[in-house]
Amino acid sequence: MDIPRLPLAEWIDVGLDRLTERFAGATKLVADLMETAIDGAVDGLMWLPPWVAILAVAALAWRLAGVRTALLAAIGFALLWNLGLWEPAVQTLVMVLIATLVAVSIGAPLGVLAALSPTAYRIIFPVLDFMQTMPAFVYLIPAIPFFGLGPVAAIFSTVIFAMPPAIRLTTLGIRQVPADLIEAADAFGSTRSQKLFKVQLPLAVPTIMAGINQTIMLALSMVVIAAMIGAQGLGGEVWRAIQRNEAGMGFEAGLAVVILAMVLDRITQGIARQQAGREGP
Amino acid sequence: MSEQPSVKIAVRGLTKVFGDEPKPALDLLREGATKQAIFEETGLAVGVADASFDVLEGETLVVMGLSGSGKSSLIRCLNRLNEPTEGQILLDGTDIVRLARRELLALRRKKYGMVFQHFALLPHRSIRANVEFGLEIQGVKAEERAERSLAALKQVGLEGWEDAWPQQLSGGMQQRVGLARALAVDPDVLLMDEAFSALDPLIRRDMQQELVALQSRMRKTIVFITHDLDEALFLGSRIILMKDARIEQVGTAEEILSRPATPYVERFVAEVDKTKVLTASAVMRRARSLAFTTDGPRTVLRKMEEKDLGFLFVVEPDFTLRGLVRDDVALAAAQRGEKSIRSIMETGLAAVSPQTPVRELFGLLAESSVPAPVVDDAGRLQGVVARASLLEGLAENANGGSVPDEPALAGAD
Repeated sequence: MDIPRLPLAEWIDVGLDRLTERFAGATKLVADLMETAIDGAVDGLMWLPPWVAILAVAALAWRLAGVRTALLAAIGFALLWNLGLWEPAVQTLVMVLIATLVAVSIGAPLGVLAALSPTAYRIIFPVLDFMQTMPAFVYLIPAIPFFGLGPVAAIFSTVIFAMPPAIRLTTLGIRQVPADLIEAADAFGSTRSQKLFKVQLPLAVPTIMAGINQTIMLALSMVVIAAMIGAQGLGGEVWRAIQRNEAGMGFEAGLAVVILAMVLDRITQGIARQQAGREGP
Repeated sequence: MSEQPSVKIAVRGLTKVFGDEPKPALDLLREGATKQAIFEETGLAVGVADASFDVLEGETLVVMGLSGSGKSSLIRCLNRLNEPTEGQILLDGTDIVRLARRELLALRRKKYGMVFQHFALLPHRSIRANVEFGLEIQGVKAEERAERSLAALKQVGLEGWEDAWPQQLSGGMQQRVGLARALAVDPDVLLMDEAFSALDPLIRRDMQQELVALQSRMRKTIVFITHDLDEALFLGSRIILMKDARIEQVGTAEEILSRPATPYVERFVAEVDKTKVLTASAVMRRARSLAFTTDGPRTVLRKMEEKDLGFLFVVEPDFTLRGLVRDDVALAAAQRGEKSIRSIMETGLAAVSPQTPVRELFGLLAESSVPAPVVDDAGRLQGVVARASLLEGLAENANGGSVPDEPALAGAD
């Protein structure tokens, strides 16, 4: 065959190099700032005696999701403490929450945009398909030149990996607002933003909450994978267990991830239910 | 006597074709093609084809037709929820089709209130917040909003439900909220899109009666869409009957029933119990002769002889009804040599108005030996309804306007 191989990889590399050259200063600065913030948050939480933190989480869970979730949180987190996984669990939790915050604050507006503009929809949704089917590990590679090894690079790739459901479900939530409610809003002379904030977004909240829940779950799984590029936390423990071939240690760290996932899942579902509950009995 | 009501909305040559490229459909419409033919040829859906009509100030105009007839497309053109493809819609003389978006929003806020078939209440808002919605959109202050929403809820009989949620209310109550939401903005024009169609028949009846009662106080201009002829006849001052995107007939309930413009309308109205909607004016006849208050007994007797009548209605020269004289009393007075009939006429007659429904006439005529006089608001005699003319009128209308020739009816008096 004389058709030459497409130098796709080279193009990407050259493109990334250029981007890195141009933006590395800025991204490194962001990385430094963010790392400080992460360290601060982790240190703050670690400063609390674990039993106080456990009680606080249990109380929050009680308020937001009921007594069963509170018990689950208390027992689960006590187990983490007992297994000596408290600090990595706190690190993972902080990274997940920051990644979720970033993913939702970018994803929700994009989701609104895609719901309101067919053009935006046609651009954004294929990109989402791409983002979700590309193996998650691939995102780790470009994160390093921009942010260096460490938690910020991990959060960057986690945001990319975890953002699609936040976008998708925001769009879905807005699109499934019944047509006659939209018509009612229009008939009374609503502007686009009145319609969005008084009708579409409030009615989309339960669906958006489901999207946030999925984003958190994806973020948690990605944060574990991101241990490969130096994110610490529970992923780091799993990674160490693999390298040392210690199945027991790997199981403990894995179990800790499961506990964290269950507690986060129940709490966000509880919030979603409370939101739905505000729409009457 | 009644002053001519002014035109609130004048619709001229209104056409709505759905789709981005309506041109082929418009061309075919001008050639007189039907909605079905156009759809088969171009794939374009025609919502409204060349509709022209007036909505009068303070009237309830009912747009009636089966599903797919274009009535919903039509009502949505009036506030441009559907963008008209062609034609003019003059609201108080302003062509709203030409308005820029900002002006259109102002128009929707101030001039229109809309009520929807499935209520379209916002589930995340309390009843009060739902009723306040239109005011909130207008930027009305919270205090005034609260006041006006309470007043609107009171109008529809839902005081005390402000803090409930839409899901807690029955269908009928939800639609009252829908109505209150539309009334709260104090619109000139109420657009009601199949507003009662989703309700149970009994609730529906109640709501219809309540709307009539409300309307007698508010005097809003209402455009009401329905597929139900009984509802149209009950509510409508005038009715527009639509079929396949075109207007078949515009007229009062009576006109539509007694003079259907097309075979389609005729078939459509065939089902209706005419006594419910026909009024005295449809079945009354001109009085064959009249006595004037200035007449003497002998004149009156001669008039009766001429027409072979046993009595005459007595009117002033301007036809204001005064009473009735019978032949025996007139004869006695003539023999006594009296010069005026004023002293011998029977007064206090049970007169009916032209709007009196025919079914009320049956009872009246059953108890009376003379026909019922029909007088207008000023008391002037318009005609009379005798038992025979009542039955004839009904039979005529039942035959779509043709003269009855059934012997049984001819001898019915």
